[in-house]
Amino acid sequence: MFAKFLKTALLGIAALGIGAVQAQNYPTRPITVIVPFAAGGPTDVIARIVSEHMGKVLGQQLIVENVVGAGGTTGITKAFGATPDGYTIMMGHMGTHGAAPALYKNLKYKPASDFEPIGMAAGTPILVVARKDFPAKDLKEFVAYIKANGDKLNEGQAGVGSVSFSTCIMFNVLAGAKPTRVPYTGTGPVINDMMAGKIDYACDQIVSVASQIQGGSIKAYAIATEARSPALPDIPTTAEAGLPEFKVSAWNALFAPKGTPQDVVAKLNAALSTALNDPATKKRLEDLGGVVPKEGAERTSKWLGDFVAAEVKKWGEIIQAGGVVAQ
Amino acid sequence: MDALIANLSHGFSVAVSLSNLGLCFVGVVIGTLVGILPGVGPIATIAMLLPLTFNFDPTGALIMLAGIYYGAQYGGSTTAILINIPGEATSVVTVLDGHQMARQGRAGVALGTAALVSFFAGTVSTIVVAALGVPLTKLALLFGPAEYFSLMVMGLSFAVVLAQGSLLKAAAMILLGILLSTIGTDIETGEERLTFGFAELADGIDFVVLAMGFFGFAEILHNLENPETRDVVKGKIGRLLPNLQDIRMSIAPMLRGTGLGALLGILPGNGAVLGPFASYATEKKLSRTPERFGKGAIEGVAGPEAANNAGAQTAFIPLLTLGIPPNAVMALMVGAMTIHGIIPGPQVMTKSPDLFWGMIASMWIGNAFLLIINLPLIGIWVRLLHVPYRLMFSAILLFCSIGIYSINNDPSDVLLTALFGLIGYVFIKLGFEPAPALLGFVLGKLMEEKLRQALIISRGDFMTFVDNPVSAVLLLISVVVIILAVVPAIRKTKEEALSMS
Repeated sequence: MFAKFLKTALLGIAALGIGAVQAQNYPTRPITVIVPFAAGGPTDVIARIVSEHMGKVLGQQLIVENVVGAGGTTGITKAFGATPDGYTIMMGHMGTHGAAPALYKNLKYKPASDFEPIGMAAGTPILVVARKDFPAKDLKEFVAYIKANGDKLNEGQAGVGSVSFSTCIMFNVLAGAKPTRVPYTGTGPVINDMMAGKIDYACDQIVSVASQIQGGSIKAYAIATEARSPALPDIPTTAEAGLPEFKVSAWNALFAPKGTPQDVVAKLNAALSTALNDPATKKRLEDLGGVVPKEGAERTSKWLGDFVAAEVKKWGEIIQAGGVVAQ
Repeated sequence: MDALIANLSHGFSVAVSLSNLGLCFVGVVIGTLVGILPGVGPIATIAMLLPLTFNFDPTGALIMLAGIYYGAQYGGSTTAILINIPGEATSVVTVLDGHQMARQGRAGVALGTAALVSFFAGTVSTIVVAALGVPLTKLALLFGPAEYFSLMVMGLSFAVVLAQGSLLKAAAMILLGILLSTIGTDIETGEERLTFGFAELADGIDFVVLAMGFFGFAEILHNLENPETRDVVKGKIGRLLPNLQDIRMSIAPMLRGTGLGALLGILPGNGAVLGPFASYATEKKLSRTPERFGKGAIEGVAGPEAANNAGAQTAFIPLLTLGIPPNAVMALMVGAMTIHGIIPGPQVMTKSPDLFWGMIASMWIGNAFLLIINLPLIGIWVRLLHVPYRLMFSAILLFCSIGIYSINNDPSDVLLTALFGLIGYVFIKLGFEPAPALLGFVLGKLMEEKLRQALIISRGDFMTFVDNPVSAVLLLISVVVIILAVVPAIRKTKEEALSMS
């Protein structure tokens, strides 16, 4: 027993001495991917789809670990403190690496400078949805209506820090509306109460609402992406519908803790890109309504780093304009 | 009717293919195992197995994952009865009389009854899902925040009926449960409440942490101090299957439990949790000998177990017909469906009839498998009670700790459970029942959320709870239940006081 321990310890010390070689052999054991949201949600599903193929490329399994809480910041804080050896990475998203600094004043990490960006995995489009009998026929009428009747309307959102919370602040600021914001613990119950006519509108990810829109139990006014979604070809983009400023995506990207060796980050970036090129993986993501970054600049670590810095700035301004006080 | 039979037979033709039968079997076996391991829940298991299902066709994958879910509900009753630990919120009630039966040497009968009524409830709710799934979703839509709040109030008034002995102590425990449920982040402002600066408490206390602490750990501490109870449980195994008398006593509770569970399971926001509680309260109220409850009454196992299983299955209705997951496991099923390129919702039935009807048919097959697997196993489970306590207790503590850790991969949860174990031990010594506290905790969270949503929507007007007919009726029932429970208690204490003087 003791001999075995000694041997392991010596091997460990030896490995420290030859760090460069170790990076070249990376990975020699399974990699943990911390997902800061509950299993089954959009970010988790994207992480699991991407990890599965990345594991095949790297020759080591990627194990998803869900660490939930405080709008995803609990998980990211944990991953932020992990050893930067490439064996713990994380799936950050629009909330944890964009809106969080403006929403949580005690945030322990800085999204733009405390991580090594690996690469963008996939974005999920945001839609403006309303109860099916809402008296506006298109986005322009809708915006005019909520601007005039804002205080009488109920907007449903999934709580501070959630995608629906932040994106609808942006929408309300742009539309000039001040609705009553009703908090829920997830967007599922929001849509349930919207079908029952108790909630007037919400901003939500395509995964959670596509089926209800197709079935006609709620209606969608616009999708906040560059192009229409193949899943909902009849829904116009916000640019087509007259509110081009409302362009937003619940993006999901991989990050490593600060100080992770650059060649390890490069290996992970290449594995991610290979996974995104795999037709089966790509199709799975697109079936979800996910938008996979185009090959080239958008797949690089550098692009992601710049993007995060821009997101933090953007959400800081929006949340301030929305009058939300940081907690 | 013809359409229903045609649909169901189509479903069975999908479900009985060799691979789907195999996946269903694997699912329920894994489910039973995780249900029996205290703390390791279906959520963690399904999440871990998701990537494995990538290579299956979606129907097979979902049949297996659904099997894990209801298999775990089934297995959860086993630990509730044998070692007094409710692994899931829905098996809290089974502990009350099931474990008492085990102590009286009737563990086999309790397990057998649980298995048989679960199979019955599973069969009925399979038909309910198939025949009434679509019309029943209207019921789910009827329940907005105001109605839901009133339903919770009703649930808590029934909890008073659950109480053994002192009404005041039960009420105190319910309030303690509600108080514990308010720990964590405020839903509206995001402000942390009652966390005393501990980041670990920011998202509140997990149900499993509280349940394992109050029931599992506390029970073990309590057992360690009086060696004589060991002999009671170690006594003879007794019969393994219920006799005619047991069956006769179980039939009516089983029917009522199935009905209540199936109805409540459809409600959004985890209504399935209420089923077993409602069933237990009903049986105790209807019984001519309510004093037997809490002391090993077979009705107290048959009703709630039927409700538990019926609710577990009808919880699929909002998912399959509205695309809205009513609880955390169903949310995971949404994830599983989307991974396989199926967006759950009203279209699943028309777009993927194989999946929809195949899954429903597989539920019945899965329930049959569970019965076949579990009946012969009862003998083995009961023999577990003969394992010396010094081995069994350490094993239970070990598995509980692993299970608790696995919920959030957070060691502080294990420490918190130990703390609740100590508190629970003090409660047992002082004669406080932990079950009402757990119910208060489960319902308190939902109640606060729904109260605030209802009041925000009504712009602060409390009349919303009375103006609304469904909500008004539910509140009225609550008042009646409380009066019925409180009046005899007052009378009794008066009588006691008089006889004392």
